[in-house]
Amino acid sequence: MTQSDARSPLAGGSPPSDPAGSSANRPQTGADEPSARPRRFDWLSEFLARLEDEHIVAHRGDARILAPAHRLVLDPEDWAVAAKLAAAMGMRHAGLWADPLDDGETEAGTDEPCIRVRACLEQAGDYLVIETDVPLNRPLLGSQTPVYPGLDRLERHAHDLTGVVFTGHPFDSTQDRPDERRWTRHQAWPAERFPLRHDFPLRGETTRRTPADTDYPFVRVQGAGVYEIPVGPVHAGIIEPGHFRFHAMGEEVLRLEQRFGYVHKGIEKLAVGRDPAGLIRLAGRVSGDSTVAHAWAACQAIERATGCAVPPRALTLRAVMAERERIANHLGDIGAICNDVGFAFAHVQCARLREQWQRRSHELFGHRLMMDALIPGGVVHDLSADAFLALRQDHAALHRAVEPLFDVIDDHPSLDDRLIATGILSLTDARALGCTGYVGKASGLRFDVRRDNPYPPYDGVRVEESVETEGDVAARVRVRMAEVRGSLWMLDRLLDALPEGAIAVPLPAAPPGAVGLGLIEGWRGEILCFVRFDVAGHIARYFPRDPSWFTWPALERLILGNIVPDFPVCNKSVNGSYAGQDL
Amino acid sequence: MFRILGQSFTAGVVTEPPPDHEDTELARLGIELRRLIDARFGRSLAIRQVDAGSCNGCELEIHALNNPYHDVERFGLHFVASPRHADALLVTGPVSRHMETALRRTWRAMPSPKFVIAAGECACNGGEFGVSYASCGAVENVLPVDVKIPGCPPMPLDLLKGLLGALRTA
Ligand code: SF4
Repeated sequence: MTQSDARSPLAGGSPPSDPAGSSANRPQTGADEPSARPRRFDWLSEFLARLEDEHIVAHRGDARILAPAHRLVLDPEDWAVAAKLAAAMGMRHAGLWADPLDDGETEAGTDEPCIRVRACLEQAGDYLVIETDVPLNRPLLGSQTPVYPGLDRLERHAHDLTGVVFTGHPFDSTQDRPDERRWTRHQAWPAERFPLRHDFPLRGETTRRTPADTDYPFVRVQGAGVYEIPVGPVHAGIIEPGHFRFHAMGEEVLRLEQRFGYVHKGIEKLAVGRDPAGLIRLAGRVSGDSTVAHAWAACQAIERATGCAVPPRALTLRAVMAERERIANHLGDIGAICNDVGFAFAHVQCARLREQWQRRSHELFGHRLMMDALIPGGVVHDLSADAFLALRQDHAALHRAVEPLFDVIDDHPSLDDRLIATGILSLTDARALGCTGYVGKASGLRFDVRRDNPYPPYDGVRVEESVETEGDVAARVRVRMAEVRGSLWMLDRLLDALPEGAIAVPLPAAPPGAVGLGLIEGWRGEILCFVRFDVAGHIARYFPRDPSWFTWPALERLILGNIVPDFPVCNKSVNGSYAGQDL
Repeated sequence: MFRILGQSFTAGVVTEPPPDHEDTELARLGIELRRLIDARFGRSLAIRQVDAGSCNGCELEIHALNNPYHDVERFGLHFVASPRHADALLVTGPVSRHMETALRRTWRAMPSPKFVIAAGECACNGGEFGVSYASCGAVENVLPVDVKIPGCPPMPLDLLKGLLGALRTA
C-alpha cells in the first residue's frame, strides 16, 4: 500500500443528513458508490417465499417496529428451519438475545409468561429481526448454531441468563451431542436459577464466597506428545481476565478453547429499571475502549423507540467522537502488535500519537476516552470555533505523523517475517462466524454499517472501503492503518459539514413497551443494541451485542497450526473485548 | 533503517517534562515517588495489576503510564507478570463474583510486605456496577485495601499521585 492511496483526493461529502432524525431515515448513498446498490429488501420476497415452501407462517404484524430492520414473527417450531433457510440465502447472523416476559405487566397478547427470543440477520445491508415466544414453563427452542456456528456462545449466554433451552445445539462441529455447557455462568448462581427473570433479585440469592469454576468440561485432545497449556484468568500483562486452554504438540497449536465470563457484571440485569440517561451511562461502560460506540448504539435504540429527532449537529459530533475513538484504538493496537514481535519503535511512536490524541479528547470532550459525552437526545459538549481549528490542525498533524510511520510498518522485513501468513482467518471461517470490523475486512468481508446501512451523518459522507483478502495478522494491520487514514479524512469532511443548531433535545416519553434497535459501526465492527421500555418508561431490557462475540471464536480458528509464541500477536491483531462479551 | 532513525530523530524525546503546568507536576511527583521507593523498597516498586471485572477503561489509562510521555519506569515503578515478584497489587474494576477467587489467590501469592491499591471508581466503591448477583462491588469487600485512586478511569497523573500516596502510607 502506498502512502497516498487511502487518502482519497475526492471532494468532500455532502452536508450530513436532513434534520428528519434518526429512525426510518435511510437515504441512498448516491452516485459516488462504484456499484449501484440494489433496492432495499429486494431479497425479502424470496426469503418469504422460501419460508412458505417450508410451510412456515410468518406473522407479519408491526413489521417496522424495529426499523431499520424488518421484523417477522415466527412460531417456535420453525425457528431452526428459518435459520437454515437464511443461511442458504447467504445471510449473516448478527446475534440472538432472549427477553423474559414474566412480570405480568407486559403488552397485550402475552398473558402467558414467556420468553421472547429475537435474532437479527443481515443481507446486503438490510436487517431482518425474527422473533418468537416460548412458554416460560417449557422454554424449548431449536438451536440455530448448527447453521450459524458464531451463535454458539450467544445461545449459551441466553440460556444461562434466562433459561431458554436450545435443542440440537452441537457441542463441537465434529461431535453430535447437545452442548449443555454453561458459558457466562460460573459458580455465582446455581444452574437452575436465571438472573434475568423477574423472580431473581438483582442482589443475588447468596452472599457466600464464589468458588473458582474448576470443573468446566474443556474438550480434550489426546495423543502421544500432546500437552495442555492453561492460561488465565489472570494474565501476565495489563489485560482483561479470561482463560485460554491450548493443546499443543511441540510448538504447534492443535486446539485453542476459550473460557470467558470472568468479568460478567450483570450489565443486562443492572439496566432493568434505569431511566434512559442511566442506561447510557451504563452502556458507556460495557467496554471502556468502545465507550462512544456503545453509548451511541444505546442512544440510537432509545431514540428510535421514542421517536426522538436528534439534532443534526449532535449526530455529527457523535460521529466525530466515534471516529476519534476508532483512531485512538487502532493506533494503540498497531503499536502493540508491533511490540508483540519485538518492534518497539512502532510501539513507542504509536503510543506517543495516541497520548496526544487522548489529551485533545480530554480538552474538547471532557474525557480522555470521551466517556459520558453522549446523552439521550444529543451530546454534552459543543465545539467552539477555536476547538474546530485545533481539531483541523490535529488532523493534519496526525496525518503527517502517521504516513512515514505506517510506511515503515507496512514495509519492514523483520515485521513482514512475523506478521505475514501468521494467524490466517479464511474467508469461509470469517463468514461462517459473522465477523465484522477489521477482522472481517482483513478476510475479504467488506461489510461496514456506516456504508451498508448508513445512519446519519454517515449517509452524507463517503466511507472508505478498506478490504484485504489474506486474512493474516499483516492484513489486519493494513486494514487498521487504512481505517486510521479513512477516519482522518472523514473527520475533516464531518467538521466541514458540521450543521449549526442545538446539540441536544429532550427525549420524548417512551410509549409503554416501546422497542428499538441500535446499529453502529464501532471501531471493532458492528455493534447491535436492543432496548425495550416497560409501561412506566423505564428500561425493561437492554442487550448490547459487541462484535467480539464473533471475533473471539475467530481467534480459536485462526490460531490453529500457528506456534504458541505467536499467540500474543494473533490475539492482539483481533483484540476482542472481554468486558464487551462477558457483560 | 534510515526511515526509522529519521522518524525517531524528528519525533525527538517527548518524555515529560516539556514546559507546561501539568508536566512540571509530573516531574515533581516522579521525584518524590522515586525518593520514597528508594527508601522503602530498595529502588524499585514492582506492581502486579489485576483486572477484577473492569470495563477495560482503567486498563487503558494504566497502559498510558508506560507511554513515552509518562514513562513511569524512570521513577522505579514497573509492572511485573507474576504476583510472586510484586510489592503492590493494583486492582481495577468492581470485583466480579467470577473473579473473586482468582483475585484472592493472586493476593495470597504475593510475598509480604505487600499492599493493595484500588484504582478507579469501580474498585473504590463499586462505581456504576455496585454489588449484585454478579459483582462483589468495591475491592475492599474482598481484600484489605491500602489506597484508593478514584476516577472513571483515573487519569495517568491521578494514578501516579495515588501510587505516591500508597508509598507514604505503606
Ligand atoms: S472506574 Fe470507570 S473506567 Fe474503570 S472499570 Fe469502572 S467504569 Fe471502567
